[in-house]
Amino acid sequence: MPPLTRLFIKTALVYLALALLAGLARSLPPSEALPAFFAYLTPVYFHLFMAGWVLQLIIGVGYWMFPKHTREQPRGNEALAWAAYGLLNAGLALRVVAEPLHSLQPHPAWGWALALSAVLQWLGGMAFVANAWPRIKEH
Amino acid sequence: MPGLSVWYVRTALVYLALGLTFGMLMLWHKGMPIHPALWALLPAHIEFLLLGWTLQLAFGVAFWILPRFRTKRGNVRLAWLAYALLNAGIWLVTLDPWLGRLAGWGWTGRVLEALAVIAFALHAWPRIKPPGA
Repeated sequence: MPPLTRLFIKTALVYLALALLAGLARSLPPSEALPAFFAYLTPVYFHLFMAGWVLQLIIGVGYWMFPKHTREQPRGNEALAWAAYGLLNAGLALRVVAEPLHSLQPHPAWGWALALSAVLQWLGGMAFVANAWPRIKEH
Repeated sequence: MPGLSVWYVRTALVYLALGLTFGMLMLWHKGMPIHPALWALLPAHIEFLLLGWTLQLAFGVAFWILPRFRTKRGNVRLAWLAYALLNAGIWLVTLDPWLGRLAGWGWTGRVLEALAVIAFALHAWPRIKPPGA
């Protein structure tokens, strides 16, 4: 298993645990003892699960198991694959912080953080698509 | 990778790109508003990423990797039928708000998606078997 696959899968497992914790936090009954942003965790919960866990697990396993690209570059452009990892995770981490805070108390700084997280996650996804596409071939 | 799996997985990648693009636009709009009409992309974002990407990728990889009968993959026509039904269903459901809800396009799309799952299950069922069977 290549190092990048191990990193993707282990990161995905961390996101799975975080998703379940976020799911727990959002389902707790309202209480003054709890942080107010717990009430705004629903989109974060979904995206920790679907982008952090499901998508990242697929990317990691796909990078490992998809047909080889060429003999020289069996897994395509490695730099692009690492960029996908960095961009996706930077964007998702930024979203996890900025989205509930922006919902709780809108502020231009949180708004721009959300916009930046949107672009980072999108670029990460596109980097994966671009690197995977030539490996999906008949043989 | 067999030809049908190439179709499934590449189509799934297209849906991933579209679904992520819709998600990017909505998240940007949530932080720095662009236009409220962007929220209309939410059903397509969900449909493309859950069925177009995740389910379709699972079908494509399963068709490739499930046990074979010597060299054959069983009833390949059913798997092709599932591909056609799934994608027709996804587009009918996604375009339903623009085609007119009363016409029942969304309902028809859901039926096609369910039939796709049944067709793929019928294809895959005999391939779930012990080695050598």
